[in-house]
Amino acid sequence: MKQNRRWIIPILILFAVSVYINLPNHPGIHLGNYDKDIKTQLGLDLVGGVQALLEADLPLDAEVNSDNMETARRIIEDRVNGLGVSEAVVQLAGDRRILVELPGQQDPKQALSTIKDTALLEFVDFGDLSSQQVSQLINTTINTDFQTASDQSDAVSLTTEGPVYHTVMTGSSIKQVGVTKNALGKFQVAFELTSDGSQVFKEYTTQHAGEFLAIVLDNIVISAPRIEEPITAGRGSISGNFTYDSASNLAVQLQYGALPVPLKVVQIETIGPTLGQDSLDKSLVAGIIGLAVVMLFMALYYRLPGIIADLALVLYILVTFALYRWIPVTLTLPGIAGFILSIGVAVDANVLIFERMKEELRAGHSIQKAISLGWDRAWPSIRDSNLSTLITSAILYWFGSSFGASIVKGFSLTLAIGVLVSLFTAVTVTRTFLHLLLDKINVSKHLKLFGL
Amino acid sequence: MNIVKHRYLYFAISLIVIIPGIAALLAWGLPAGIDFTGGSLLEIHFNSPLPETTPVFEILSGFGFSDAKVQTAGTDKLVIRTKEMDEVTLNSILTEIKTQFNADIVLDRFESVGPTVGKEVAARAAEAVGIAALGILIYITFAFRGVKHAFRYGVAAILAMLHDVIVVLGVEAFLGHYLGWEADALFLTALLTVIGFSVHDSIVVFDRIRENERVHRRDPYETVVNLSIVQTMARSINTQLTVMITLLSLVLFGGSTIRHFVLILLIGVFSGTYSSIFNASPILVVWENKEWKTWFKRSPA
Repeated sequence: MKQNRRWIIPILILFAVSVYINLPNHPGIHLGNYDKDIKTQLGLDLVGGVQALLEADLPLDAEVNSDNMETARRIIEDRVNGLGVSEAVVQLAGDRRILVELPGQQDPKQALSTIKDTALLEFVDFGDLSSQQVSQLINTTINTDFQTASDQSDAVSLTTEGPVYHTVMTGSSIKQVGVTKNALGKFQVAFELTSDGSQVFKEYTTQHAGEFLAIVLDNIVISAPRIEEPITAGRGSISGNFTYDSASNLAVQLQYGALPVPLKVVQIETIGPTLGQDSLDKSLVAGIIGLAVVMLFMALYYRLPGIIADLALVLYILVTFALYRWIPVTLTLPGIAGFILSIGVAVDANVLIFERMKEELRAGHSIQKAISLGWDRAWPSIRDSNLSTLITSAILYWFGSSFGASIVKGFSLTLAIGVLVSLFTAVTVTRTFLHLLLDKINVSKHLKLFGL
Repeated sequence: MNIVKHRYLYFAISLIVIIPGIAALLAWGLPAGIDFTGGSLLEIHFNSPLPETTPVFEILSGFGFSDAKVQTAGTDKLVIRTKEMDEVTLNSILTEIKTQFNADIVLDRFESVGPTVGKEVAARAAEAVGIAALGILIYITFAFRGVKHAFRYGVAAILAMLHDVIVVLGVEAFLGHYLGWEADALFLTALLTVIGFSVHDSIVVFDRIRENERVHRRDPYETVVNLSIVQTMARSINTQLTVMITLLSLVLFGGSTIRHFVLILLIGVFSGTYSSIFNASPILVVWENKEWKTWFKRSPA
């Protein structure tokens, strides 16, 4: 039965790769330009945190521009990253909604104010700093006198240590922004100021020509062009080593320090950290107990084939878990339930086959023949029933995606992966192992091994 | 074992379960949670002694939430349901509870859903169930295309599935009425999973009928169907057992957050196995014999 052996090597490789991916504290894979972090992603309901669903605050029949939604998403992502939340998720959910997940955040009020508030755009006087000092300040957080003056009402304190810079004017003075090309064919960001802004800018740039003027968004220095010449007409441009993307990025930030689409919070969920940890611990215990009982049942009822099915089940769990870490699939509580449930599905394929095999043995077929017949005849049932489960999973996934209902999505994804992996492990792996073993044993003398 | 022969007994058992469920649904309705209706849900964990619910309710009324429902959960938790609440009000209410009861509290969960989103979720949920049913009907009709009356298999599977949906909804109506449980997005997930499993089970039996029909051409349809049910019985029971074991261990050890979800799954999966053995395949026989012609005659001909 050579053809049954051709799977041995692939199965062993699969086993090794899965074990490798499942190693705790995995360093990730970094080959040349290829970077892949490998770790178990836990959902909000397991680690605690805030999840908010934002909706475009426009009349329901109004068309929502998808570019604007994407821009809003990007801006929110920047702000959320500014919060220092690791693993934050900001994604579009349907046409007019944005889902924000902030693991570890506990205060929904603070999280939402960060998301919803208009970003503060400031033009900040860098005085006579040298160009080297200026370039070191890019992408760092600074204090300005504008915030310290206006923030008395809010409980926001100084963001960082260090000097306080003078704010020349804020983003409210900007009328329009666009990306253009300069005489040398390089991209630049052109802007036009309001009449008040023009006046302030004219005075300032006249007095400070040659110095650096920093563009600061939410306290972070995003760019610091040198004032080449006084800007008197209320129009100016920022040049630098821009690509089209980086120029339009800056233009978007200048234009929409505020979000391009007004957003309102339509759904919010906050999970405390202790509840999450408790849920995680308990479902792990439940999973292990459930698995142990199922394995015991299989071994006692189906004897030798049952033990082999148990081995296949262990491989199933290793492979599935490795896939969760690789893709990655965010594990939520229902997701874990889906995973544990899929153990039942994985076993079902083997139960179908073994019952069929026993029938063929009782009908007097040889063991080799019974195995082959068992597999061939059980296959259509396994295929059809699993496909119907996949159909349901796909519909659940669609349902979950359009609402940012990530719990539903997580569940359907884990169930679908479970079904697909189990098709392989329960069918191919079990058969390979069984043949491997049985080729050495004269089973007709050991029918007890088959529970007959 | 002759299951097909006693098919009307098994249909009757199903009806005994289904009819009270439908009655409960009509009388009390499905206890739709905030995921579908909109509103807010708070779970507050007390590290200090749990206060009475009445003064807590009075605090909420003071903030304009006179429709709030305050329940205790376990020995150290309050669950509060209100109409939609914003984050600022939430903080004020928490502060008020802290000071008034001098309490050490942790906000375990805060959920708030706008009413329009809730309605849309409910509409989309119904759509999801409908599409799932249609998808499965089409798939079965396709998978059994070589068989006589392939369409019947699809319909029988869908009928068995509806049986399970009604059982689950009926149970939920009872749970909602007597225990105050609410159907949320997780409940919907459980329901859709039950649908998937129900059809899964029906297909396994149908598949055997398809195979036996080729082998036992001479036998009457009824005999073939019964034979198929009996042959797949061991599989049905064993698979049922393994799924029940995993779900049961989740109910017992899996923590309170998903207990509702898993319990619904447990009931639904059980119902699914029952309906696929005792309803789906016997329906094929009823259809084959066109037995409804004799249902309303006074005495059997």
